[in-house]
Amino acid sequence: MTQLLQTIFDGVTVGCLYALIALGYTMVYGILKFINFAHSDVFALGVWMSITIAGWLGVGAAGGDAPPWYMGLVVLAGAMAVCGLVGFVIERLAYKPLRNAPRLQVLITAIGVSLFLQNLGQQKFAFGPYPESFPTLLDNRPLFSVAGVEMWLSDVAVIGTTLLLMAALQFLIYGTRMGMAMRAVSYNTRNASLMGINVDRVISFTFVVGAMLAAAAGFLYGLKYEGQAKQTADAMWVMLGLKAFVAAVVGGIGNVRGAVLGGLLIGLVEFFGVAYLSSQYRDAYVFAILILVLLFKPEGVLGRATVEKV
Amino acid sequence: MNAMLFRFLAVCVATLSVGLVGGCERAPSDGGGGNDQTSGAPGDGASSGVLADSESGAAGPIRVGHYASLTGSEATFGISTDNGIKLAVEELNAADGIGGRLVELITYDNQGKPQESVTAVTRLIDQDKVVAVLGEVASSRSLAGAPVCQRKGVPMITPSSTNPDVTAVGDMISRVCFIDPFQGYVGAKFAKENLGFMKAATLYNRAQAYSSGLNDNFVESFTEMGGEVLTQQAYSDGDNDFSAQLSAIREAAPDFIYVPGYYTEVVNIARQARRLGLEIPLIGGDGWDSEELRNAGDALNGCYFSNHYSHEDTRPEVQEFIAKYQAKYGKIPDGLAALGYDAARMLFHAMERSPSLSGEDLAAAIASVKDFPGVTGKISIDEQRNATKDAVVLEVVDGVPKYKATVSPD
Repeated sequence: MTQLLQTIFDGVTVGCLYALIALGYTMVYGILKFINFAHSDVFALGVWMSITIAGWLGVGAAGGDAPPWYMGLVVLAGAMAVCGLVGFVIERLAYKPLRNAPRLQVLITAIGVSLFLQNLGQQKFAFGPYPESFPTLLDNRPLFSVAGVEMWLSDVAVIGTTLLLMAALQFLIYGTRMGMAMRAVSYNTRNASLMGINVDRVISFTFVVGAMLAAAAGFLYGLKYEGQAKQTADAMWVMLGLKAFVAAVVGGIGNVRGAVLGGLLIGLVEFFGVAYLSSQYRDAYVFAILILVLLFKPEGVLGRATVEKV
Repeated sequence: MNAMLFRFLAVCVATLSVGLVGGCERAPSDGGGGNDQTSGAPGDGASSGVLADSESGAAGPIRVGHYASLTGSEATFGISTDNGIKLAVEELNAADGIGGRLVELITYDNQGKPQESVTAVTRLIDQDKVVAVLGEVASSRSLAGAPVCQRKGVPMITPSSTNPDVTAVGDMISRVCFIDPFQGYVGAKFAKENLGFMKAATLYNRAQAYSSGLNDNFVESFTEMGGEVLTQQAYSDGDNDFSAQLSAIREAAPDFIYVPGYYTEVVNIARQARRLGLEIPLIGGDGWDSEELRNAGDALNGCYFSNHYSHEDTRPEVQEFIAKYQAKYGKIPDGLAALGYDAARMLFHAMERSPSLSGEDLAAAIASVKDFPGVTGKISIDEQRNATKDAVVLEVVDGVPKYKATVSPD
């Protein structure tokens, strides 16, 4: 019973991180119909920027006490602002000139941007090539316990922040004029521009929002895995990004609610697989789900099937 | 579009010119070779290049290569080892090198990746014409570099790769550390006899030859001694969440967890285990050895790992080495620095006794080393080109390893 609850709890927490990253993939795909491979690097940038900003503010040094709670929010906001800006610049410099180019060229550019960010970030003048631990921004302790499963403050912060951000995103997309414009562009780009919507601005905005969500995921990741958060092994965030991408596809790529559902599903499948089947095949469970979904419901759990006009 | 194309071309040109400058940096040493060539046999075209290089090698310094993870997740492994080797080279050159010829060390970073190790070793041998290669720490990366050395006939000494398969690659490959069947035995014996534990769980990295090999060796030894292994859990490179594996281990309720991983992973595993309320000790191998272990805070207090040496050892070799290392780098050397130092010194010891610096002669000289007094113990190379030595068990106290016990091979 304890193990069951523990597994569900862990799966949901990690699923929240997947969902936050998956949202960025799915929103960009919904509007531009291409996979932004540089997205997982923006997530890594979120981790690094959080560490850097905390360093600037001089809070959370190793071994010290946690700063007041709002300092964490300042760090989070700072990381989101920087990543939002980077998302904007990436779109402007790398993708906008290719707006009318074939999809394949944009895709290859995205891979190029991803490699560029990875290698730039590991330079000594940038973030350096060594792992670092995440600053202590929370007085991490078990808050309460349900049937022997302790809920830690960091995990509650991950789930709580994710829920808040998703509610905000929901409001943004369905309750504001900008959201309406995003939906219109996603539905039909040309018609939207004929209706007087500034398509370029909507696309930039989408990139900024996606990058900010990735930055938030990076911050929360650091809170949860504080020991060696700034991993330099690109295996770490490339795999995480890949799983988030799978989550977006499983939920129905282009569908915002699908991304959240996909993220939680992938998190749960992964943790149940490791806890109850075998820890040998952790990543295989995730990709097995992808294969099943692509075989039986290729549009994803919440996606709408579209007819390809030839 | 034209503007974009122009920008792209500009980047290409910039990249190319960086490559050219990089090529030019090597020119002086090649130029030295050219000068020597005039006094030697004047050859023509491509064939003289090799000749010139080997002749310049005869007059110039002896080149020794080192490939290491100077960056990446296990960065302290490579940096410590390189520091140890540099210290040994400096000492040798201060004492007039080998037969009057100085030794030049060339180190390349492999970013902690096996594929980069192949590139680094190939470059060391083909471009820099090193006579011997030192490296790597992690067995997976030594296993990537070793076949290149074997194929090209250049001796390689790994300071600290403990997986038995590394030296099985061929007669060019040897090591100055013990191997994992012994290390697994040490962990099992210490847990069983010193701590009185009967029930174990293991958590290992299935993507690393070192970790999965040591896990097997430990399980075999522990079961042979009458202990019971309740569950074996695995993870992979880059995994940062171990809570599913740890909650499965908690369910099995063992006396301790054997974690034959690298320090980066161990730090996260320990923290997450404590968070899950698992207060049992973790026991591991030499992959834990890093100053970064302090990142675990108090989560690793009362945990143990087997290692190659302890800085508390009072033997004069050890204390002398520590004093020199501290004077140069300002910190206490870890086991990897000591092994790097030993590997380099054993190589120089073999060079002095070798009739020539050809790969075959040198490899034979290395294979015949007996009772070489190293910092990490007396080194004798056996028929499988492994070193047979004692192991120490260290206890982690506030992130700092303290001497606990010595286990000898029987």
